[in-house]
Amino acid sequence: MTKSFTEITPALKRRHAAEARFQWIGRVAIVIAIGFLITMVVSIAVIGAGALRQSHIALDVFLDPAEINAEEIKNADFGGVIKAALRTKFSDVTKRRDKRKLYGLVSSEAAYTLRDMVLRNPSLIGTTPKIWFIASDDIDIFFKSHNASGGGEETHRISSKEVAWINEFKKAGDIETRFNSRFFLSGDSREPELAGILSALAGSAFSLAVCFALSFPVGIMAAIYLEEFAPKNRWSDLIEVNINNLAAVPSIVFGLLGLAVLLNTFGLPRSSPLVGGIVLALMTLPTIIIASRAALRAVPPSIREAALGLGASQIQATFHHVAPLALPGMLTGAIVGMARALGETAPLLMIGMVAFIVDVPKSIVAPATALPVQIFLWADSPERAFLEKTCAAIIVLLTFLVVMNLAAVLLRRKFERRF
Amino acid sequence: MLSMNAIQDPVYRDEPAVEADQRDVQPVISANNVTVSYGDKVALSNVSLHAPANQVTSLIGPSGCGKTTFLRCLNRMNDLIDICRVEGEILVAGQDIYDPAVDVVSLRAHVGMVFQKANPFPKSIFDNVAYGLRIHEMTTSKTELQDRVEFSLKRAGLWDEVSDRLNDSGTSLSGGQQQRLCIARTIAVEPQVILMDEPCSALDPVATARIEELIDELRKKFTIIIVTHSMHQAARISQRTAFFHMGELVEHGETEQIFTTPKDTRTESYITGRIG
Repeated sequence: MTKSFTEITPALKRRHAAEARFQWIGRVAIVIAIGFLITMVVSIAVIGAGALRQSHIALDVFLDPAEINAEEIKNADFGGVIKAALRTKFSDVTKRRDKRKLYGLVSSEAAYTLRDMVLRNPSLIGTTPKIWFIASDDIDIFFKSHNASGGGEETHRISSKEVAWINEFKKAGDIETRFNSRFFLSGDSREPELAGILSALAGSAFSLAVCFALSFPVGIMAAIYLEEFAPKNRWSDLIEVNINNLAAVPSIVFGLLGLAVLLNTFGLPRSSPLVGGIVLALMTLPTIIIASRAALRAVPPSIREAALGLGASQIQATFHHVAPLALPGMLTGAIVGMARALGETAPLLMIGMVAFIVDVPKSIVAPATALPVQIFLWADSPERAFLEKTCAAIIVLLTFLVVMNLAAVLLRRKFERRF
Repeated sequence: MLSMNAIQDPVYRDEPAVEADQRDVQPVISANNVTVSYGDKVALSNVSLHAPANQVTSLIGPSGCGKTTFLRCLNRMNDLIDICRVEGEILVAGQDIYDPAVDVVSLRAHVGMVFQKANPFPKSIFDNVAYGLRIHEMTTSKTELQDRVEFSLKRAGLWDEVSDRLNDSGTSLSGGQQQRLCIARTIAVEPQVILMDEPCSALDPVATARIEELIDELRKKFTIIIVTHSMHQAARISQRTAFFHMGELVEHGETEQIFTTPKDTRTESYITGRIG
């Protein structure tokens, strides 16, 4: 027994020490967790930021009337015109191998850029305008790192000759980086400097729309029936156990199901957001049902009793009082499920959404890919320049996930009622 | 026999007080040999109780004695509990309410309920009172609905406090006001019987006194069965008292008789504070 409140007995000291120790362990755990998170986000952001800028090279192109027939602009060899312009600028290049390197300074897109320009304005033929072209991927990477560090990264991907050419452009102010709007406005490409995420974004958006349209109504109706109406017996227990198990099934299994049933049996279009959305809906359904049931269960029984006690029928009590109160929770569950579906890759691989899609899909039956699949495809590509595209795509995906989760939190805050 | 399905257009004006002894002796509620069990556990055995019209019958007894279970049988709220089984016969206005032909929805419109914890809907005060009228389609026009909401709130003694904020949430009221709102909501549909499950257990003495006054006022129009933990409350507001103990109805009769000359020793022990 202590004699006074100020006396510290050994037992008391031990208890305080245990408490302090536990708090410290907790703090260290939090610091480690935050450290990992920051490392991941920062490293991705640093690399991915590069994809937002794209190097452009300016060339004085003589639009030779002998090469470009004003009547048949479309058939003209614009690639040849650009090559000629490069040869004119660096007239000392004679060796065949060097010439090929020289032509590789600008992207293969340059010829189309030039063609479109002349098509819009045929009066350019015969003049020598200064035109900015997208630089090819290796040049782009070298120039961006060169600009950043001053020294520039000498790699086996780029020779000293190319470095000299770039320096010459630089001296004349004919090479610069610009905001890479192409990344957000175009589809995939074999050339890293031309690749964009719009087709993957559209594919994801269509898939998620299908997924939401299917899984939300079905999910909340199933939850409402199971929670409010279904008799509690062996069958409802069996259904509940199975729904919980389904939520834990690896997503690729749903992909296999989609392949076997939707594609092979029902013959739905391969690689389409329709099939992707259905497969994702199957995967999301258990999540939504479980979250919705939890939300319904969280509505105080007193509300249900109040309605029933007034003579409301079961369905009136449910739809007038219980479901509206549970709706924010249901929506939150649905959004969290959607966010999971947005990040899902494996099931989409199985149903062919892994295809190389350049065009932006216009409908839910057009071939498409999805954001995470696009990331997977780019990460798999040998070109070094795809690395920054991959990271940038991850940032876009993470942004959408954060926005969706934030929406879920805000919705819950806004509509949550206190009892 | 009175039909459970037809809710006649009720007269919603204050009627002159009718003293209980002038009324028909036919009980509004009579339970005969009611046994209630939850699974294997018997919660109430062989209860027979009659509640006369326009009287307050209070059910007293220690916790877990089955008084709330009995109350919830009277409007079949126990139907919500899957494992609950009710045997015996309960007549409300002469009709067996556990008859398969009875629709619980219209039964509950006739036998309203006020719960232990005030449970207003998280909607406006107006909508709380109007809800029952709306689902039973008891009004034909908007003005009639407004009149009846006002009338019900007045009868529940709440109108003066809320008349200028009918659109505020029902949950923004104080505890006592919320409970009176729940009473207003219940009486708006003009039930014959009001069941009250410890309506004052969460209220302070002042709010309790208001509700007790209200109950005394309401019995002119309704038959009231109230579960209470407070013997003083039972003595103050009820004309008849039933004492439950361990799932049995030990004794019931005139309140005065129960509290002054109980026949059973258990009743005596309880009301003198030796058990419970």
